[in-house]
Amino acid sequence: MSLFNVFNISGSAMSAQSQRLNTVASNLANADSATSANGKPYKAKQVVFSAIPTQSPTAQGVKVQEVIEDNSPGKVIYDPKHPLADDKGYVTMPNVNVTEEMVNMISASRAYQNNVETMNAAKSMLLKTLTIGQG
Amino acid sequence: MILNKLDSALGFHQDALRIRAQRQEVIAANIANADTPHYKARDFDFKATMQQATKQASGGGLSTIKTSDNHLDGVATNNASSAGPGEPLFRPVIQGNLDGNTVDMDVERNAFTDNAIRYEASLLMINGQIKKMLTAIQGQ
Repeated sequence: MSLFNVFNISGSAMSAQSQRLNTVASNLANADSATSANGKPYKAKQVVFSAIPTQSPTAQGVKVQEVIEDNSPGKVIYDPKHPLADDKGYVTMPNVNVTEEMVNMISASRAYQNNVETMNAAKSMLLKTLTIGQG
Repeated sequence: MILNKLDSALGFHQDALRIRAQRQEVIAANIANADTPHYKARDFDFKATMQQATKQASGGGLSTIKTSDNHLDGVATNNASSAGPGEPLFRPVIQGNLDGNTVDMDVERNAFTDNAIRYEASLLMINGQIKKMLTAIQGQ
């Protein structure tokens, strides 16, 4: 029954979008983490979405194919008092672009809402279908 | 056969519901993949699919060879018409995305709501027909 598959499709999109929201949260939280477990500044992470086949040959779901690290250079600030400052007094901070992350967050949240609505619509359609012939 | 008649009375809307549900699924997949790079939005032509389904259901798509006048005409069963809706088409691109994605959320939301309402319209009509038949059967 194709309407049930809508739950799978929207569900896959919801979990993918929430994973995206998760990386946004991680990036924002670590926007000022000048060091990490490997001793280097935190690197911004991005998810890569990919379409996956479902039971239906015509409709595809979504999954997070991989989480990539942004390799652009971090921003360098001058702060000689910082314990991680180099001999010239510069500290390399994470390459997180806070504005970009906020936009990403809103986009992920809207996409999530869209899928919730899709799922609700499919649910009410199914429930109405169940009442066929009940007067 | 009264059962055949009942079946064919509801058959049209049964096909309509099935195709609407399949279209709903395709549109849901478009909405789900709104952020997937290189995903192309798809949809199928409801009218063409419906015409194909009714043609099959009315026996037009199934002809049998008769070697005797006593042989009956072949009638397509509902199984024949419950095959897939055919290959879905790709939606025309209005404003392409840089990542190759062609999902336009406004178009998809529009199509989704439209399709849902038409699905419920078909449900209402089936309910109406069932009521009519009950009235006829009970004769009151």
